Amino acid sequence: MYTLAIILVMAAGAYLFSRQRAWALAGGRSSALHSRPSYHGWHAALLSGGPAILLVILWFLFAHSIVGAIVSAGLPEAVRSEPSGALQFFMQDVRRLATGLPLGREASPEALDAAAAYARAMLAGNWVFGIVGVLLAGWLGWLAYRKVDPQFRARNRVERWTDYLLLSAAAVSVLITAGIVFSVLFESLRFFSMVSPLEFFFGLNWSPQTAIRADQVGSSGSFGAVPLITGTLLITCIAIFVAGPIGIMSAIWLSQYAPRRVRDVAKPLMEILAGIPTVVYGFFAALTVAPFIRRVGEALGLNVASESALAAGLVMGIMIIPFVSSLSDDAIKAVPTALRDGSYGLGATKAETIQRVILPAALPGIIAGFLLAVSRAIGETMIVVMAAGLAANLTINPFAAVTTVTVQIVTLLVGDQEFDSAKTLAAFALGLFLFAITLVLNIVALYILNRFRERYD
Amino acid sequence: MTDLVSNGGRFAAITQRPPRPEAVVAAHTRRRYARERRFKLIGMGAVILAIGLLAILLATVLSSGAGAFRQSYAVLDVRLDPAKIDPSGNRDPEVLADADYQAVLNDALVSAFPDMDDRQGRRALRAMLSAGSAIQLRQMVLDDPALIGSTVPVRFLLDDERDQYLKGEVDPGIPEANRRLKDRDIALIDRLAEQGRIETGFNWTLFTNADSREPEQAGLRAALVGSFWMMLICFFLSVPVGVAAAVYLEEFAPKNRWIDLIEVNVNNLAAVPSIVFGLLGLAIFLNLFGVPRSASLAGGLTLALMTLPVIIVVTRAALRSIPPSIRAAALGIGASPLQVVFHHVLPLALPGILTGTIIGMARALGETAPLLMIGMVAFIANVPSGPLDPATALPVQVFLWSDSPERAFTERMAAAIIVLLGFLIAMNVIAVLLRKKFERTW
Repeated sequence: MYTLAIILVMAAGAYLFSRQRAWALAGGRSSALHSRPSYHGWHAALLSGGPAILLVILWFLFAHSIVGAIVSAGLPEAVRSEPSGALQFFMQDVRRLATGLPLGREASPEALDAAAAYARAMLAGNWVFGIVGVLLAGWLGWLAYRKVDPQFRARNRVERWTDYLLLSAAAVSVLITAGIVFSVLFESLRFFSMVSPLEFFFGLNWSPQTAIRADQVGSSGSFGAVPLITGTLLITCIAIFVAGPIGIMSAIWLSQYAPRRVRDVAKPLMEILAGIPTVVYGFFAALTVAPFIRRVGEALGLNVASESALAAGLVMGIMIIPFVSSLSDDAIKAVPTALRDGSYGLGATKAETIQRVILPAALPGIIAGFLLAVSRAIGETMIVVMAAGLAANLTINPFAAVTTVTVQIVTLLVGDQEFDSAKTLAAFALGLFLFAITLVLNIVALYILNRFRERYD
Repeated sequence: MTDLVSNGGRFAAITQRPPRPEAVVAAHTRRRYARERRFKLIGMGAVILAIGLLAILLATVLSSGAGAFRQSYAVLDVRLDPAKIDPSGNRDPEVLADADYQAVLNDALVSAFPDMDDRQGRRALRAMLSAGSAIQLRQMVLDDPALIGSTVPVRFLLDDERDQYLKGEVDPGIPEANRRLKDRDIALIDRLAEQGRIETGFNWTLFTNADSREPEQAGLRAALVGSFWMMLICFFLSVPVGVAAAVYLEEFAPKNRWIDLIEVNVNNLAAVPSIVFGLLGLAIFLNLFGVPRSASLAGGLTLALMTLPVIIVVTRAALRSIPPSIRAAALGIGASPLQVVFHHVLPLALPGILTGTIIGMARALGETAPLLMIGMVAFIANVPSGPLDPATALPVQVFLWSDSPERAFTERMAAAIIVLLGFLIAMNVIAVLLRKKFERTW
């Protein structure tokens, strides 16, 4: 942290000195320079600060992995020969000890030694990289300072570098996607080396058992994801049944019938529904809707689980109303006025025009909106975590408790975990599945939208 | 235009029929108009239903959470007996810290209810106050040892079940076996109230304390501080990178396949479920980079990744709304492309970018699922002092309290939601005001 601050100060100094020198060389007339003095300053600041800061940040990011590797290579033979799970566990302890966090139990002498080595290596690394960074900043800053000259094309250089900086910022989004794909894919492949994909995608039984030790007998539960997928689909279907009609009808009314004043009030109000955090919907589903449905069900003589799919689905439906509504609204607005006027000209009423002309013309956009809403519902987590069940029941009865993909990811990963067990890795396999499904839905929706747009432009 | 032709054909079929008596035509028209009215009503109903559901949701939260902002206290006259606290009389802080304050508290309780001086009675009396009351006394004495020997009125937090009873949430009509609060406890509380020893006041504990197992002592401080750090980290990472990426894509990017890839990618990232970002945070930040579990740093980084596509999308929209004539004019007087953007386009687009950023940050503030993945669901009883300390976030605190069976926690959970919604509303209002203030038409 201090290193970064020192380098930043040095870069600022390089900026000031170089600008000063440029002024001095120009004799106070900026027309004598190719580039304005502040560009000479920026040139020096970027040259001195950029590479040094990059170096220090890279060290911060990977220090933990590098030092960990060094320390574990230097461990006594007895510790190193242990199974990889135990070794990982050991290294976790070492890290905690090295950073001064309480372990909560007696530490073994090997762990204490390794922790001391870890802390030493970390400190040495911090010093080495800190000093190298500062020296690098100073050297490059000096070089840039020497380069200041009325003929020097500082602006062009600074602009080229800025261009690269902007490009790398844009590339970060690709890095994120790559990060998602690799982190999820990598762990999923490890999972599929333990559990066959056939069982995962077609197995009807889901019960990831909690194993206390990785090498325990019978620690591998059954990982058939079908009940999770049907559960997710059931809740999503209920949500779409709620949000679809309400969303489309309100979009129609707001765009075609509502007086301007009412629309100006009602539209933002409906948008609020999209801005409410999902945990609030979870609260609503678990504490208000679920007991209500249970009471109503009991009054009707039905057997309703207290964590019924219906409650979670209904509330999720409320949540996605604004998505359906605003996307349908866009689609309806995109229908050319000529079609509408033609229909009125033939004597059709407003409702007939909407039903027979506007809706068919807007259909691709509405379907795309539905697909986006479905992908939103499938990936939704908090409502189902709080209001849907944990038991993986294979059923389509909306009054029964079902579980979903997201609920299982949360239950598998919350709390203490071991990074090697099939149980933890299963969460990543489910995550990969979720990512793939939502990706496909989004791509299809975008494709439909693009086709639709081309028709009238 | 195929739609129009097919629909037109249907109308044409009607007119081709032989002319009918006018009554039939009028009836038909009436039916069509009735259908029209029905359709319109259904549409209006849908809007009313949606807004009604919003109203129910907010009303539920408000009505269940309002109570948590008030807390009942019992005011007792406590005699700080020197024999019990500081027998030697030399005010040694260690002796003072180790003294038996529970005994002092018991004396105060028994002196208020002299008839309860038996084992069971004393236990019932002790249960009346919050479990931390003896510690509160200790802190008071340590802060001001001069109080020893005097009798002072002290305000103690009332136990959560008794607090709920005073708020009318416990129905004495339910059979005693189904209540956590027994008849005897209720009688005791009523007597306390008759003696005028019960005060109610604003529940400051909710904002000054971190989480606790005792509902009456549980507060949001750790969550507020954690959320603050996360928002700070998220802001300083996602905004510079997001704006830079948007500027590149909108102003400088050449048209080629790679740029198309980046654009599709940004759009898709914006739709990736938030829980997947949590998995990414777990795999990359925690396991690869070694960021401590449950730290606000990990949460802030994960939220930054999630907010980035949002910032890119809104910034691009803001840049697109700046008319090309500005760019042309700047280029025309000799500005370089980079100067055009940084000296002219970006300052003009700033209000739009700011508005979008606030909305993106509001979304990040309400996000829960990815934080669950990186271990922010831990029970945090200490207020974090930096971004590396274990922390929790406001929405996660809501989730944590939802697991507790006590009624008082349900109430606090709704109160936490009210606080969260308060922040979100404030942020959105600021965004709207900014937009109104800087809105300009070109």
